[in-house]
Amino acid sequence: MEYSETVMDHFMNPRNVGVIEDADGVGKKGNPVCGDLMEIFIKVEDERIVDIKFRTFGCGAAIATSSMATEMVKGKTLDEAEELTNRAVAQALGGLPPIKMHCSNLAADAIHTAIADYRRRHNEHKGL
Amino acid sequence: MEKPAKVIYLDHAATTAVDPRVVEAMYPYWSERYGNASSIYSLGREAAKAMEDARKTVADILHCEPQEVIFTSCGSESDNLALRGVAFAQRHRGKGRHIITTAIEHHAIGHTCEQLEKYFDFEVTYLPVDQYAMVDPDDVRRAIRKDTILISVMAANNEVGTIQPIAEIGKIAREHGIPFHTDAVQAGGTLPLDVNELQVDLLSLSAHKFYGPKGVGMLYVRKGTPLLPIQTGGGHERQRRAGTENVAGIVGLATALKLAYDHAAENNSRITALREQLIQGVLERIPDAQLTGHPSQRLPNSASFVFKYIEGESILLHLDALGICASSGSACSSGSLEPSHVLLAMGIPPEIAHGSLRLTLGRENTEEDVNYVLEVLPGIVEKLRMMSPLYQKQ
Ligand SMILES: Cc1ncc(COP(=O)(O)O)c(C=O)c1O
Ligand code: FES
Repeated sequence: MEYSETVMDHFMNPRNVGVIEDADGVGKKGNPVCGDLMEIFIKVEDERIVDIKFRTFGCGAAIATSSMATEMVKGKTLDEAEELTNRAVAQALGGLPPIKMHCSNLAADAIHTAIADYRRRHNEHKGL
Repeated sequence: MEKPAKVIYLDHAATTAVDPRVVEAMYPYWSERYGNASSIYSLGREAAKAMEDARKTVADILHCEPQEVIFTSCGSESDNLALRGVAFAQRHRGKGRHIITTAIEHHAIGHTCEQLEKYFDFEVTYLPVDQYAMVDPDDVRRAIRKDTILISVMAANNEVGTIQPIAEIGKIAREHGIPFHTDAVQAGGTLPLDVNELQVDLLSLSAHKFYGPKGVGMLYVRKGTPLLPIQTGGGHERQRRAGTENVAGIVGLATALKLAYDHAAENNSRITALREQLIQGVLERIPDAQLTGHPSQRLPNSASFVFKYIEGESILLHLDALGICASSGSACSSGSLEPSHVLLAMGIPPEIAHGSLRLTLGRENTEEDVNYVLEVLPGIVEKLRMMSPLYQKQ
């Protein structure tokens, strides 16, 4: 099993690591018992993701996909970010070993969950 | 931290470099003395002689007869031959179909037992272990039934290094007249292998774990032990394992085993000292780290840990980037979804078992190697924890 150079770059120097204390939306995916858990925090202004951070417990692929996925949606509108697929993340990383597909599926899902969380909070706020 | 010029190899439980003296001993048997050991002419006789000398060398170390040594293609084959060979022979004689083994065996034993259960109608008891991965001989005694036909317990565990009370278990097996096998693949080259002291009837070894070549192993089978050959064909190895013998490999195995035991005392004490330095250093410098396996009854070269809140493969990748070769029983690093069955059997929760790291020392390691690991490992663990959602920094 070998990781691409892009995977290794994002693993060794992950972008957007951390927590946003006053996040507008939070998404969590995975289960530590299975060896992977991912948390995504987003800050939203005018329906656009202006800041994003993640924390991940998992293998090299899990960390690299978290990093790449957050890069891919940073600055994007929520509608654009919702279009992000796990496949697109894997492609942007130059591919992933087949046995790693399951954990690399988490990042895009966690982003979608964070967006759903934002929308839910926002609608509640508007009294909808 | 500068990456050192050479790699620091700390995965000797996975495999070892072939000792140059072993390579030299093997060399003539490739292109010069290439005869088939079954042939009658001098070239064949030369090969047969080399093989019989090797068999004698091994037998002297095991304190057994040369005829009791069967050369095989690896440790896995030795384990398969021991289990299937005895199980089928015993059942054929109407002795029963119950096998006793442990929950922490290498897959060469574990998966073989599972197949014997699933497809061949044997019943297998997998004995539990304590928090140190130690088997209780009393559990073996209690598990014995009238129809028990074989007991197999590994001499030392490959993941956490725990050394099992083989002689005690052997005594119990003998009292009940049940053939007793030990997978001594990890013990070979360091622990005493006197088959009479250990009271074993079968014992597996693999050359590549003690600075010999890959692809050659052996199985000791005590005279009188029922064994049905698993690989049938020509009459090699006294009808017990067909196939033209790997003469160079066999010479390599014997040479490596002899070198290992000629220098076992000094190597073991030097490596044990390094191991202790490594274990103490890791536990002192890294919070929420735990030694896995027995604190003292462990292989001289084995230091294994779990680190909370992080995953093993990501530790390995960071170590590799700094030139350190290590291994982990984490699911992610093995490509399976389950963390190590050994760590789980010891009662370590799965989310913690994912953060396992095994460092196994060898002859070429130095104190500088240990110091370098102690210098870089805490930073790697800290970096990964800082990005883990499970970690709350105090
Ligand atoms: C305890 C144990 N048994 C068996 C084996 C299998 O040996 P081989 O690689 O020679 O098939 C190994 C090697 O990983 C081992 O550690
Ligand atoms: S997190 Fe387990 S394989 Fe990626």
